[in-house]
Amino acid sequence: MLREVLFAPFSDFEFMRRALAAVIALSLGSGPIGVFLMLRRMSLVGDAMAHAILPGAAIGFLLSGLNLFAMTTGGLVAGFAVALLSGLVSRSTGLKEDASLATFYLASLALGVTIVSVKGTNIDLLHVLFGNILAMDDPTLLMVATNATITLVVLAVIYRPLVVESVDPLFLRTVSRAGAPAHLIFLGLIVVNLVNGFQALGTLLAVGLMILPAGIARFWSRDVTPMICIAVTSAIVSGYVGLVLSFQTRIPSGPAIILVASLLYLGSVLFGRVGGVLPQLFPGRHLEA
Amino acid sequence: MAQLQFRDVTLGYDRHPAVHHLSGDVAEGALLAVIGPNGAGKSTLFRGIVGLLKPLAGSIAAAGLKPREIAYLPQIADIDRTFPISVFDFVSTGLWRSVGIFGGIGAAARDKIAQAIAAVGLTGFEGRGIGTLSGGQMQRLLFARVLLQDARVIVLDEPFNAMDSKTSSDLLRLIEHWHGERRTVLAALHDMDMVRAHFPQTLLLAREAVAWGPTAEVLTTDNLAQARRMCEAFDDAAAPCAPAQSSKAA
Repeated sequence: MLREVLFAPFSDFEFMRRALAAVIALSLGSGPIGVFLMLRRMSLVGDAMAHAILPGAAIGFLLSGLNLFAMTTGGLVAGFAVALLSGLVSRSTGLKEDASLATFYLASLALGVTIVSVKGTNIDLLHVLFGNILAMDDPTLLMVATNATITLVVLAVIYRPLVVESVDPLFLRTVSRAGAPAHLIFLGLIVVNLVNGFQALGTLLAVGLMILPAGIARFWSRDVTPMICIAVTSAIVSGYVGLVLSFQTRIPSGPAIILVASLLYLGSVLFGRVGGVLPQLFPGRHLEA
Repeated sequence: MAQLQFRDVTLGYDRHPAVHHLSGDVAEGALLAVIGPNGAGKSTLFRGIVGLLKPLAGSIAAAGLKPREIAYLPQIADIDRTFPISVFDFVSTGLWRSVGIFGGIGAAARDKIAQAIAAVGLTGFEGRGIGTLSGGQMQRLLFARVLLQDARVIVLDEPFNAMDSKTSSDLLRLIEHWHGERRTVLAALHDMDMVRAHFPQTLLLAREAVAWGPTAEVLTTDNLAQARRMCEAFDDAAAPCAPAQSSKAA
């Protein structure tokens, strides 16, 4: 019985296997990115970027219909443009990054929704907004995996400057010129992973697999490295459980995955070892020294 | 030999000078106190030395050293103390110049890091997150990183602000140790007794250099009174500074 519920969907149906592969790849890339977004207090920046991708994807849709490749390319171009422009604006003027990004993404989102609704139907709009992880064809799956691989490799390269820039940007500026490039590359990685999540979860929820696992990780560790591992693991678990849930109950897959992640997050808020509600209520007796 | 040369340098913000037409040399191995009222341009001068601020005019030469090879302890550190990084890892970033982005941190480097942590009296704190440190412990931590940077020139911006006497004297001993190693050390300070007792050279700054030389000759009542009279505010209607003032006067 249990076996039927947990494994049969994947052994019986290829589209479920593809979905699972996609969600694992997504988790590997999005987990670490989400942790850095959270530590740099950029969680909502991720959200804003997700919206900024929309007009690019919409133009892709306009040119070639519901073609994943065209929409992804468009999304990448739009995302990079917004990331670079807002990064440059905040680095070269006094405007804080959040403010500069907010202006760009609002314009982007309005433009994107306009383009989709002029050309397509409401169903198209739904697909763009919420994605469909159960419709992964070969090229899309390959692209999701490639993007995850790129993310991990590039992150390994910029890891040290990224960490130092997050802790002590002034110090990094006095010892190295790597800060600005690391910052911009990181913004680029956010875009790559959002476009990745976009296929599976849509523009509105793509950021979910970044932010929720990172939030979960924060409640279980005080160190970056374990945090990243916990974030990736909880993203994979959410993906798997979400897919099973969606298969058995007909809840749409994207929301199911994010709902499971939200439940894990709720559990972490309550029981998390580092600053969770219950451990704070019952901390045990104080120590001698 | 001059380690730092200020050649008629003017540093400032939005064309308003905060350090105005400063000229002079800091000898190699000098231990120089930079004093002056708030807003006198001490931090601005330091930011210029380490290359965070481009001069509006004139230049600063560091005898072949790149600005990045100068260790700098800022007055207002821009450190995110909520970031989950341990004391050991934080101090290890002081090795940046030798390990860079990809270099490994081997056994020898780990020894050096442990020694730096011990030198500032933070042994036992290695595994703690930097968010758990007190203000004084944080300052010790920053000194450990400067120590590890192993720089020929060290610039300390008000390093003893809000430090208790034990911390100050511990860190002061470290500065004298650097002086003994013939490193060039510049420190912005407000404690005149400390300057008299430990710093052979003093620069009294009040946007312009009021006096610069042996500490006893600089710290006169007249000089200090003159520095206090400096007007802090920028004048929005100020005319462009005439080029003649210092160079062409001769």
